[in-house]
Amino acid sequence: MRYLPHSDADRAAMLAHIGVASVDDLFASIPAAKRLKKLVDLPLARSEIEVERELARLAAENTSAGSVPSFVGAGAYRHHVPATVDHLIQRSEFLTSYTPYQPEIAQGTLQVLFEFQTQVAALTGMDVANASMYDGSTGTGEAVLMAHRITRRRKAVLSGGLHRHYADVVRTLSGMAGDEVVTLPADMTAGENLIKALDPTVSCIVVQTPDVFGNLRDLSKLAEACKANGSLLIAVFTEAVSLGLVESPGAMGADIVVGEGQSIGNGLNFGGPYVGLFATRQQYIRQMPGRLCGETVDASGQRGFVLTLSTREQHIRREKATSNICTNSGLCALAFTIHMTLLGEAGLTRLAELNHAHAVDLAERLEGVPGVEVLTRAFFNEFTVRLPGRADRIVEKLARRGILAGVPVSRLLPRAGLDDCLIVAATEVTTEADRAGFATKLKEVL
Amino acid sequence: MLNNQGRPTAAGSAEGAGHPTFTGNRALVQEEALLFEIGRADTTGVDLPPPPKVKVRLGKLRRSGAIGLVGLSEPETMRHYVRLSQKNYGIDTGMFPLGSCTMKHNPRLNEKMARLPGFADIHPLQPQSTVQGALKLMEMLGHWLMTLTAMPAVALSPKAGAHGELAGMMAIKAAIAARGEAATRSVVLVPESAHGTNPATAALIGFSVRAVPADADGTVRVAEVKKLLGPDVAAIMLTNPNTCGLFEPEIAAIADAMHAAGAYFYCDGANFNAIVGKTRPGDLGVDAMHINLHKTFSTPHGGGGPGSGPVVLSERLAPFAPVPFLRRKGSRLELVEHAKGSKAFGRMTAFHGQMGMYVRAMAYMLSHGADGLRQASEDAVLNANYIRAGLADLMSQPFGDHPCMHEALFDDQWLKGTGVTTLDLAKAMIDEGYHPMTMYFPLVVHGAMLIEPTESESRASLDLFIMAMRDLAMAAKAGHAERFTGAPYHAPRRRLDETRAARQPVLKWTPPKPITAE
Repeated sequence: MRYLPHSDADRAAMLAHIGVASVDDLFASIPAAKRLKKLVDLPLARSEIEVERELARLAAENTSAGSVPSFVGAGAYRHHVPATVDHLIQRSEFLTSYTPYQPEIAQGTLQVLFEFQTQVAALTGMDVANASMYDGSTGTGEAVLMAHRITRRRKAVLSGGLHRHYADVVRTLSGMAGDEVVTLPADMTAGENLIKALDPTVSCIVVQTPDVFGNLRDLSKLAEACKANGSLLIAVFTEAVSLGLVESPGAMGADIVVGEGQSIGNGLNFGGPYVGLFATRQQYIRQMPGRLCGETVDASGQRGFVLTLSTREQHIRREKATSNICTNSGLCALAFTIHMTLLGEAGLTRLAELNHAHAVDLAERLEGVPGVEVLTRAFFNEFTVRLPGRADRIVEKLARRGILAGVPVSRLLPRAGLDDCLIVAATEVTTEADRAGFATKLKEVL
Repeated sequence: MLNNQGRPTAAGSAEGAGHPTFTGNRALVQEEALLFEIGRADTTGVDLPPPPKVKVRLGKLRRSGAIGLVGLSEPETMRHYVRLSQKNYGIDTGMFPLGSCTMKHNPRLNEKMARLPGFADIHPLQPQSTVQGALKLMEMLGHWLMTLTAMPAVALSPKAGAHGELAGMMAIKAAIAARGEAATRSVVLVPESAHGTNPATAALIGFSVRAVPADADGTVRVAEVKKLLGPDVAAIMLTNPNTCGLFEPEIAAIADAMHAAGAYFYCDGANFNAIVGKTRPGDLGVDAMHINLHKTFSTPHGGGGPGSGPVVLSERLAPFAPVPFLRRKGSRLELVEHAKGSKAFGRMTAFHGQMGMYVRAMAYMLSHGADGLRQASEDAVLNANYIRAGLADLMSQPFGDHPCMHEALFDDQWLKGTGVTTLDLAKAMIDEGYHPMTMYFPLVVHGAMLIEPTESESRASLDLFIMAMRDLAMAAKAGHAERFTGAPYHAPRRRLDETRAARQPVLKWTPPKPITAE
């Protein structure tokens, strides 16, 4: 087996050195009745060529988003990732390193995390960011628990524009912890009144912008109302590129900002691994979940970085920790930071403008298709349309014609009675021909 | 141009090597400023076309101020992050004997496979008819994990080990609630030697934690467990092999005792690498166990994630598995994404888990096969015992001189009176070119040193490691404390002031204050 260095002669010599007769003697502590006498019923070892062949065959059964015009979004977005990013994250020293608990030989990872935290804080308009969460949805679940710790209240209100899978993650975690969650009905046009949902027991309001239907939401008034009520405003986003063009949640008054960072530097990967962004105000840092990287000096006075405030974390605090999180999303955070470094302020702004322009162009083209109505007034690169028929069936028909048309609302909300609605996204990678073709073929299948 | 004519070709003098350099660099070891000190707001390393003119539909929400980001051109970006990478130690750099973390070789075939567009470039919400190959890969991974563990069900979606733990404990909580005992069964038993994630996970979902003392030999006794059992106990969380590197000999009896008392057995699978193909958790009475794909199945640690933590479940817990889960409909696979109409306890994450890690783990498993996986476990245990045997005369073992599983545990008894601590020894290992072992864990052992070489190390590599450790041990005992207490001397940084970092947290770069004349 190509990954195992020992020869049988090595093994025999090592066993002799240890002073046992066979390797099974080293497993003697396993009760004999529970020891396997033969191999488990699985195929035997295979060469690199054979493994490559088998996995390539499975991969070929999938329609990759890059091989056809794709307009699928709703929480994950297909963007162009520069070749430099993937090269750098495959550097051995990044790829095969551990969590930087030994800072003297992990300054690379630590400095990257410090840069990541700075970028995320700037992007979200917040004071501080942590070194990442698993993804946006789990980060949202953690944000709600954090709000409960700060406010000492145990009720969360979830906007009807919050991605339904995010709401499900929050409800699962909060439900298990015994906390109350109020989920408002699906809100396709951002018409709900969240201020009305505030009462003295509300710990936090969770609202997404751009929301799952694409609506951009102004959070300023809600933030003021939350403040007056002693509640926290948790702002969520799933499209990080939007922050290049749209007002940041921090500037609108959010107390905790959680987002999915996949759009920057990371591929679709069928849903993971992704990278959760998590930022908050200075006064709440000791209630944050996850790892934090901080600046310090070494014994000779040189600047260096370490993981810090770890007394919040499970390996120190055990059952009193702020979260059970251990591993985060280091390599995806690295990809995010490298891509963001390549973009810079100028590049991110341009990228965001390009996304918006392509989405507006697509909306105009779809509005020209008889029977199709664009429901979203203010949006970034994603919006919802009403179709004259069931969206899931139309999406299947278009898939057969080589177009990935978007996400039927019924896939996220099967019982909301919104079966004729479709969430559509356009990014910098959709071409004019893609957008024109979508409108043409949609007309054909309707 | 290389021209030997007319220039000196001898090595020259070796003196004067210690002078400081103007740049602070030392040849290949380069100092690197922070991005924000070298980047510019108007610089970008990405060429994008100007956007087509459209009627903007942002409402009134266009950003008013600058973000505060900076950029670098592509060559500058490359150099910045390559230089930073060179300040990191990875498995590819040298031996990484970090106990409990299983830092084994990360095959690059895994990386290549995960980047096939058919896996890397598919959207989690595109029609299921267009991703049947991806669903088949998930089914295959599930089949391998269930076969290796003799468990009838698996939930793939948890994003990391602690997240898998959470999913497993949620399934237990849901099963207890379904029995109508949610109000009464609120206690989880956790040994003192457990990973910190275990008590943190139990507490996160409202359980209270009751500690189980370890026996003098480092294992948990069924008699002790029975003393703590009662109608208020929901589960035990037990790591096996345990964090002392020992197989729990009474594990099956403990499982029986838990079941007899109406409680469940959660097994922390962090140390599964020791026993793959040798014994199966399902045969030991386990109800739920997470599997760290980034440990046992070689997906890269990436400087702290992403991980992946599928959790296998017993018949009793299977109905409560979270969405999404796979269902076969003839030749088609279907991903069930909504809990309604099932007993599923809910959802762990927005999409289907860590697909990128599934592909890597699958490439690893297919490469090894049933025979190679067993051989890997045997070699991992062999290597740990080889190190144990090579150091046993110089370093003390807390539970006597017996074979261990995949990691060898020492305490700091042997350092008594030397002025050298476990931490000092770890930092001196850095100077010798090694990543330190896990230290001060498990908590039940004083000054613990937990060494896990994994199966990836050759005999020559192990021999050199043993000799280096013996040299350090003898130096400590001979009174050369300065080799340890100031270490590391040769790393990119000397020891860092963690107290200062925590007292005055600086968590992001801020522009230096302008210097003003008095």
